[in-house]
Amino acid sequence: MAAGVGGGRTVSATYAPIRAWLMAPSWLIIGFFLVLPVLLMLVYSFLTKEFRGGVIWDPTLAAYDQFLFDRGLFGDDPPKLQWAYIQIFARSIAQAAGATVFCLIIGFPTAFFIATRADNAKVIWLFLVTVPYWVNLLIRTVSMKFLIRDNGPLNEGLMALGLIDAPFQLINTNFAVQLGLFYSYLPFMVLPIYAAVERYNFALSEAASDLYAPKWTILRRILIPVVMPGVIAGCILVFVPSLGAFLAPDLLGGAKTFMIGSLIDEQFKGSAGNWPFGAAASMILLSMVLVVLTLYARSQAKGQV
Amino acid sequence: MRGGFDVKHYTGFFALTCLCLFILYAPLIIVMIYSFNDSLSITQWDGVSLRWYRDIFTGVESEKFKLAAWNSLTIAISAASVATVFATAAAVGMIRGGNFRGKSASFALISLPIMVPEIVTAVATLIFFSAIGFKLGTLSILVAHIVFCIPFAYLPISARLQGIEASFEEAAQDLYATRWQTFRHVLMPIMGPGIVSGFLLAFIISLDDFIITNFVKGSGVETLPTAIFGAVKQGIKPNIMALSTLLLLFSILLVTCSYFIGKRGEAIQPKS
Amino acid sequence: MKMKTLLGAAALAMLAGGASAEGKLSIYHWFEYIPQELLDKFTAETGIEVTMDTYDSNETLLANLKAGKLGSYDVAVPGDYMVSIMKNEGMLDTIADGELANIGNVEDKWMNVDFDPGRKHSIPYQWGSTSFMVNRDVYKGEIRTTDMIFNPPEELKGKINVLDTPGETLVLASMHLGIPQCSTDRDQLKALDELVQGAKAHWASFNSDAAKDVLVSGDAAAGMIWNGFGQKARLEGANVEYSYPKEGYIVWMDNVVLLKDAPNRANAIKFMDFLLEPENAAAITNFARYTAGVKGVGPLLDPELQTSPEQNPPADAPAGSFVMVCDEATQKVYDQIWTRLKQ
Repeated sequence: MAAGVGGGRTVSATYAPIRAWLMAPSWLIIGFFLVLPVLLMLVYSFLTKEFRGGVIWDPTLAAYDQFLFDRGLFGDDPPKLQWAYIQIFARSIAQAAGATVFCLIIGFPTAFFIATRADNAKVIWLFLVTVPYWVNLLIRTVSMKFLIRDNGPLNEGLMALGLIDAPFQLINTNFAVQLGLFYSYLPFMVLPIYAAVERYNFALSEAASDLYAPKWTILRRILIPVVMPGVIAGCILVFVPSLGAFLAPDLLGGAKTFMIGSLIDEQFKGSAGNWPFGAAASMILLSMVLVVLTLYARSQAKGQV
Repeated sequence: MRGGFDVKHYTGFFALTCLCLFILYAPLIIVMIYSFNDSLSITQWDGVSLRWYRDIFTGVESEKFKLAAWNSLTIAISAASVATVFATAAAVGMIRGGNFRGKSASFALISLPIMVPEIVTAVATLIFFSAIGFKLGTLSILVAHIVFCIPFAYLPISARLQGIEASFEEAAQDLYATRWQTFRHVLMPIMGPGIVSGFLLAFIISLDDFIITNFVKGSGVETLPTAIFGAVKQGIKPNIMALSTLLLLFSILLVTCSYFIGKRGEAIQPKS
Repeated sequence: MKMKTLLGAAALAMLAGGASAEGKLSIYHWFEYIPQELLDKFTAETGIEVTMDTYDSNETLLANLKAGKLGSYDVAVPGDYMVSIMKNEGMLDTIADGELANIGNVEDKWMNVDFDPGRKHSIPYQWGSTSFMVNRDVYKGEIRTTDMIFNPPEELKGKINVLDTPGETLVLASMHLGIPQCSTDRDQLKALDELVQGAKAHWASFNSDAAKDVLVSGDAAAGMIWNGFGQKARLEGANVEYSYPKEGYIVWMDNVVLLKDAPNRANAIKFMDFLLEPENAAAITNFARYTAGVKGVGPLLDPELQTSPEQNPPADAPAGSFVMVCDEATQKVYDQIWTRLKQ
């Protein structure tokens, strides 16, 4: 690892003459089958809705208007600010944030604990935390649904133990959705924090302890600020996929209230049949995610200088 | 140690780690246990049996599940293979291509499929396919999968390549090896474990995908996740639990393999 | 080298998967509506390989056909009002006179129907009704009123499942209020909007495909359901009773339609003829627990169907109504009510 680390970052250029050819296949396929579709979706969000699905090539702002303004049941009331869709987005953000906090509360101690084990034990703990991530997401969500349903093993078990008298309702609640999201993305929180804590030099903590700093103060004032980039990375890795999640709200939330994912799905696969609106909602979701990621990239770049 | 305590030990962290593992494993273990339930109903325990495992291989729905498993497997192998080849080429271009303008833009483009929320990719791809008249079927799923597999294959491959010193290739080139020979006989063997990890990650991501597949699949084409989703929408049945358990074991097998390949990789990595 | 082998294997697999469309039939059908054995029988008789995808509402069927699936299925099974809509959308192919050998088997009363006069595009599949079931362990009072769903008693609050389809749920709500379908009266529409908004607080979930499962598993104590699907819930052991409410209920007929641009049109015709055989229609009825629209099924049916409380409305029950197709402007208001409801 001598090259690159010490000096002014010399980058090997063995393949420089053909690099464009090497990268072209990836560029082309992602460009043609992802960038182009997203651009087309942007165009669609400005087109007129065809009755019962599809679009008419006639530019309009109707989709964004529908998102922002409520014109009443019959569409002829004076426009007032439409809260419903903003609420759906707010709800999704709250759910994603809830899942992120939940992941952080459990994930941080877990990551810390694993990072402070001996090398052999570390590997085993890490393996245990990551295995569920490799299991199909759908199967994990279904398993969670089975476990927490009203007559499921969790409630039966608690009742058998005499801890509760009647099944307490978990399924079809917001908490169930957060639990599902937590369960889906927990390893994303643990791994970056683990990496940061592992790099952390515990001599810093020991020095503070020599100066009679209380234990939890050391954690709060010294360790956490140092591993912060790992914590932020973990939060983003959980928050972003949670925002557009579809399976957890659908299977664990009872599909009773829309989340961003199900709102978009409904426009194309369900009864709403409003493609431009679905495209507009997708663009808004995409913009939000890109803003979060850009802010993160900025802060990372600053941190490196 | 003036404070008289271990700075690496915090009370409660071990308990939370155990809680974490409990939450992660409890649902899976419960499903595994119930897959051996002899009862028709999932809520009642009637003793241990393998009937649901027989059911998924010989029952009424077995043909559907077999076909879905076959589709999933062929799509995942094809998508992961193509993505791995593309990602390996891209990684060599990015990491061994010197400094060039647009390097970060190029990296952003390659990682775009990870950044765009899945539901957005799904919708955009559906709109695009329907606009250009691309017939939905197995091929449409494959194309969509290749796209989102590329960054997942790219990450482990480029990470591996970054850890390899350029002196090996430079030595080879000093001895008049062509670029291809250098790649084939010097770079690729050292990159091997990274390429395999990339392939496995892409493979599992493809096998896992539900949202995008559900949008772009054609008539009569189901993958395991879409078939399972269709089945569980009507209620969780015992045969789904047996199927889930088999998939679970398959995933654990894969992750164990990838772990040992990673281990071997560390062993043969040239130390500087 | 390994990579090459893998690629080769994958390429071969793709080729094998994409075999020619000859001898195939692609069905787009409701979930849990045809026994696999019957499809196997069709394959055994004709050598035609059948693939089937499923949907859970008429609206989903339409949405998916619109989103690029038209041209990949041969037949679908829309309900009555959806046949009209699909016909107006130009999604249906015409069956020529004499093309169907068994068309004479269609019951006379189902031959000339409003949604497809003279059966130019469709044949009857099954017909039945939509209302709701109540778990009698949970609620023991009178259930023959739509109050159970829209103004529920204390015992049922928070334990109600409704169908995730505007067609049926909003029509049942209209019946509860006693207002006509496709109303253009603003006060009536506002009342409908308020009713469902208020009732939503008592509903646990919107679920069509799990409508039976939530009743059987006990996740819901009352739920909108189709009569045959509901009978299956009862037969699976749930103590549930189907209601024919005094305010009215929905009747429907599902129909096999020939889709436009069907890739295997000739096989689709063979399949339709197959379904018109009394023996096969009866097999579907015995499986799905609805009522066939084909002559001569009587002796072949499960005797229990003759007396089942789901198939046989009480003498004083009102007549059910079909879902009507509203014009675009009116439908937009109903769509709006549904969208607001699910927000």
